[in-house]
Amino acid sequence: MIQSIGNKSRSIEVAGGDNISPSAGGNSLRIEGISKTFVGGERVVEALRPVDLSISAGEFVCFLGPSGCGKSTLLNIIAGLEAASSGNIIVNDKPVRGTGTDRVLLFQEAALFPWLNIQKNVEFGLRQAHVPGKKRAEIARHYLDMVNLSGFENSYPHQLSGGMRQRAAIARALAIDPDILLMDEPFGALDAFTRDKLQAQVETIWSATHKTILFVTHNVREAVALGDRVIVFAPRPGRIIRDFHIDLPRPRSLEDHHLG
Amino acid sequence: MATPSISIPKKHVSTRWIGKLIRQLLFYVLLLVIWQLLASAHIWKDYLFAGPLTVLESTKALYQDGSLVTAILVSVRRLALGYGISLILGLILGLAIGSNHYIEETLGSLVVALQALPSVCWIPLAMLWFGLSEQAMLFVVVMGALFSITLGVDAGIKNTPPVYIKAARNMGSRGLALSTQVILPAALPSILTGLKQGWTFAWRSLMAAELLYNTISLGSLLEGGRDFGDIGQIFAIMIVIIIIGIAIDGLIFQPLERMVRRRWGFAV
Ligand SMILES: Nc1ncnc2c1ncn2[C@@H]1O[C@H](COP(=O)(O)OP(=O)(O)O)[C@@H](O)[C@H]1O
Ligand SMILES: [Mg+2]
Repeated sequence: MIQSIGNKSRSIEVAGGDNISPSAGGNSLRIEGISKTFVGGERVVEALRPVDLSISAGEFVCFLGPSGCGKSTLLNIIAGLEAASSGNIIVNDKPVRGTGTDRVLLFQEAALFPWLNIQKNVEFGLRQAHVPGKKRAEIARHYLDMVNLSGFENSYPHQLSGGMRQRAAIARALAIDPDILLMDEPFGALDAFTRDKLQAQVETIWSATHKTILFVTHNVREAVALGDRVIVFAPRPGRIIRDFHIDLPRPRSLEDHHLG
Repeated sequence: MATPSISIPKKHVSTRWIGKLIRQLLFYVLLLVIWQLLASAHIWKDYLFAGPLTVLESTKALYQDGSLVTAILVSVRRLALGYGISLILGLILGLAIGSNHYIEETLGSLVVALQALPSVCWIPLAMLWFGLSEQAMLFVVVMGALFSITLGVDAGIKNTPPVYIKAARNMGSRGLALSTQVILPAALPSILTGLKQGWTFAWRSLMAAELLYNTISLGSLLEGGRDFGDIGQIFAIMIVIIIIGIAIDGLIFQPLERMVRRRWGFAV
């Protein structure tokens, strides 16, 4: 945890991040034989057949598939919020168990805390890591600026639109400086216009921070617009059926030049 | 979320609010007139029924000899102190019951059982254990509020949207920090329901207990009115007790509820 804070101060010094080189090579994340079977009384659901995946540091990977094919289950297992029935999750060549601030999950509902204002929401993870107040505020301001939410520090989540809440949630996740961002249909509840803008913003943030991003969607266009790689899932039982590499040039979103 | 669509209904609401106020005012004026007419008609004996003018006289007398203000301060202080103790104990108990299955099965079931007991039923026990004393009054208040608050906290924890807990754990929140910074605040809407029920129970049983304890307080003034055959005083104190109840609800609980409903109201 302390180490990840150290990283944080470095990434602030190079604000803007244009001189960070993608830490190419090396596996950021290895998924080895991860499977999940839910047993509830008589009903047994094979949510995920054993999955093997290797994801490089800084890679943008989209999980694509209809609902019920185990995408959320896999993300929750990677985040350590759910136990796998078998297999190992290996982050930076070390097997991990349980949650860790090196992997942060973003939800469709943003899941901002309604009792905290936006500034305090973004500081939440840093507060858990006992980062001193001044430092916390500075880091939060940096990431709120990155998601274009400067000026909304004192607003409460209910005062923000759905898109703004998602951006605040992204800032909250980035503030912890995780290696891996796990995004579970983060824009699924937004209108098409807001969604396009946020896709562009995520691409910008990704190229500025070079996080490894796992992005779940059931929208083919979104997957191709964002991913270096699109991994296609099929349901009943949940499993991976295709793994595409997308070599389109970046930035791909038309909206990109609107962003500061 | 656009401003115009908010400001138009707001204006509408404010005119409706004034209309309601006027109707209520008319109602209470009418009530006062009927009350005075009934008193002037002398249908009941004067020591059984006091008109509004008599009640006003009694209130003035109680105010002027200082006993009204002292009594209000004494009773409200007992309520505040006992309620504060219940609040702390209730938060701890509720958190324990809500987060541990074994504590819930055992202690939780006991709290549910004790909650079923009308809070005035604690008064005889309080008198026996503490005598006619300040501690007995406090004990009655604590027992009145404690179980409602505990069950409110417990219900709040059980109904917390799991996504808040997941998000918090994912960001490194554990143990006490998770409880105080996430679980309790997330449970606030339910906790507030328990807090509100707790205070009404505590207030009612305190008034009942004070009837038996003859140091100056609202309850003892009420009982005093009976002892001295002062029907004006009885009516006056009853009205004061009603007003205090409305004031605590309107100044503390309603604003809190409005704030919580607004902030917590949006879909997570
Ligand atoms: N807690 C659970 N208990 C039982 N079955 C579950 C649970 N969570 C998910 N499932 C089942 O696992 C399958 C995969 O779910 P999920 O990972 O949410 O799919 P996706 O995110 O791709 O829509 C579904 O059939 C779902 O019903
Ligand atoms: Mg899902």
